[in-house]
Amino acid sequence: MNPSEGNLIEVRGLRQTFGGQEILRGVDLDIPRGKTLVLLGQSGGGKSVFLRHLIGLLKPIAGSIRVEGEEIAGLDERELEPVRRKIGMLFQDGALFDSMTVFENVSFPLRERGLRDEKEICRKVREALELVALSGQESKMPANLSGGMRKRAALARVIISEPSCILYDEPTAGLDPIVSDTINRLIRRLQSHLHVTSIVVTHDMISTNHIADRVALLRSGRIHFEGSLGELHGSPDPVIRDFIEGRSHEID
Amino acid sequence: MKFPYSFPLTRAFSLYMGQASLLAWEAFTSILAGRIRWRLVLRQVVEIGFGSQAVVIVTGIFTGAVFTAQIFFQFNALNMSTAVGPVVSVALFRELGPVLTGLMVAGRVGAAMSAEIGTMKVTEQIDALRALAVNPIDYLVVPRAVAMMISMPLLVGECIFFALSASYFVATRILNVNSVFFLHHMESYTHGKDMVMALTKGFVFAVIVAIVGCQQGLSTRNGAVGVGRSTTDAVVISSLTILMVNFFLTMALNIVFPAGQARY
Ligand SMILES: Nc1ncnc2c1ncn2[C@@H]1O[C@H](COP(=O)(O)OP(=O)(O)OP(=O)(O)O)[C@@H](O)[C@H]1O
Ligand SMILES: [Mg+2]
Repeated sequence: MNPSEGNLIEVRGLRQTFGGQEILRGVDLDIPRGKTLVLLGQSGGGKSVFLRHLIGLLKPIAGSIRVEGEEIAGLDERELEPVRRKIGMLFQDGALFDSMTVFENVSFPLRERGLRDEKEICRKVREALELVALSGQESKMPANLSGGMRKRAALARVIISEPSCILYDEPTAGLDPIVSDTINRLIRRLQSHLHVTSIVVTHDMISTNHIADRVALLRSGRIHFEGSLGELHGSPDPVIRDFIEGRSHEID
Repeated sequence: MKFPYSFPLTRAFSLYMGQASLLAWEAFTSILAGRIRWRLVLRQVVEIGFGSQAVVIVTGIFTGAVFTAQIFFQFNALNMSTAVGPVVSVALFRELGPVLTGLMVAGRVGAAMSAEIGTMKVTEQIDALRALAVNPIDYLVVPRAVAMMISMPLLVGECIFFALSASYFVATRILNVNSVFFLHHMESYTHGKDMVMALTKGFVFAVIVAIVGCQQGLSTRNGAVGVGRSTTDAVVISSLTILMVNFFLTMALNIVFPAGQARY
C-alpha cells in the first residue's frame, strides 16, 4: 500500500468513564496514514485520555480501535508491544525517567531494542537532541531541566526509535515562540520526509496552522468537527470560532 | 454495589490478595520465560543486598548478645549454662535470624521499592515504560524480586553468623561459660536442616517483601501523599505477612525437618 493512503488508525464508538464521569462518549475518528491530524479541545475535555487509548495505555469500556486494521482494544500488555513499537507517544509532562540522565533517557529505546554499539548510540542520541535544539545537555538529570527542556528531551526519546506514527500531547505548550517553531518544523519534516503519521494535541493555533493536514475538535466527549484547515477557518460554527479566535479557555 | 460496602474490610482484603497474587504470578511466569534482566538484577543486588548488610549485622550482633545473656541468666540458675549455645543457635537458625532479617529488610528495602515505583507511577514514568514497549513487570518487578531471592538467604546467613559470634563472645568472655563445652554443644545440637530452614524462610520472606513492595508501588495514586501512604503500607503489610507466614512455615517445615535430637 502507498504510505500516504488509507487510515493508519480507525476509532469507532470509543467510550471511557472515570468514577462515573463520562469523559469519552463515543469518539469516531480516522487518522489518515502519513498525515498530521491536530486534535483540539477544551482543557479537561479528554484529549490526553483519548491519546492513551491509541496505544492501549487505557482500555475503553466500549468501542473499537484499529491500528493498521488490527483491533487493539482487547489486547493484553504483551500483545500490545508491537503496536507500541510502531507508535511513539510524547506525554504531556514528558514523563522522563528521573533516575536517568538525558542521555540515558534518550538512548533508552535504542538499548531496549537491542542496539549495543555505543558509538552508534552516541551518534543517534546527539542527532536526536540536535533536532529538538537540546545539544550539549546530555549529562543533566531531568530534575535540573526546565519544563520546556524536559518536554524536548522527551520528544528526542520518542523520535530516536523512528516510529511510523507519533502521538504528541501538547508538544509546544510552555515553549518560547522560537523553540515552538523548531518543534513545529520538526513535526512537519518528519511528516514530509519520513511519512510519519502524527496526531498532535494542542491549544496553539499558530502551531495548528503550521502543521495540520486535518483538524478535529473534541467536545463533550465526541468529535464535534473533523476537516481540513480551510474548512476549520471557513466554519461558521460558534464553538469553532471560539477556538480559532483564542477564546477556548472561557468555555469552562 | 451493596455487597462490597457492607463488608469493606473483606472486600479490601480480597482485592489486595487478588492483586498481589496476580503480580506474583506475572512475575513468576516472566522469570520462567527467561525474561530476567541480569544487569538490573545485579544493580538491585548491590542496592538491596549489599546496602542492607550494616542493618542486618547490627541486628544480628545485638540480638545474639541479648538473647545469650537472657538464656544464660535463666539456665545458670539450673546449672545448665553450657546449654546456652544450642538454644541460642537453634532459635537463631529456625526463627530469629530469618524473621528479624525479614523485618529489617522489609523496613529498609520494601519501603524503598514502593517509594521508587510509586513515584514512577504518579509521574507517568510507568506509562512511559509501557509506551516504549517495555513491560514494567519485566523491567521493575522481576529484577527486584530476583535480587531479593538471591540477597535475602545470604543476609539471613550473615545475620546468624554475626549473632552466633556475638553469642560466643558474650557467653565465654563476659559470662564465663566454658568455651569448649559451649561450642561442642552448639555444634551437636545444630543441624544442616536448621540451616536449610533458615534459608528457606529467607527465600520466602524475600518474595513477600518484593511482591508487597512492588505491588504497593504499582498501585500508588494521588501524588506525593499516595507515595507516602503506599510506602507505609508496604512496610506494615510485609512485616505482618512475614510474622504470620512464619508461623505456618514453622509448622510446615517442622514436619519436613523435625526439631531436636542431638547428634554426637
Ligand atoms: N486516570 C484517571 N482517573 C480519573 N480521572 C481521570 C484520569 N485521567 C483523566 N481523568 C479525567 O478525565 C478528564 C479528561 O482529562 P484529560 O487529561 O484527557 O484532559 P485534556 O483534554 O488532555 O486536558 P488538557 O488540555 O488540560 O491536557 C479530566 O476530567 C480528568 O480529571
Ligand atoms: Mg492533556
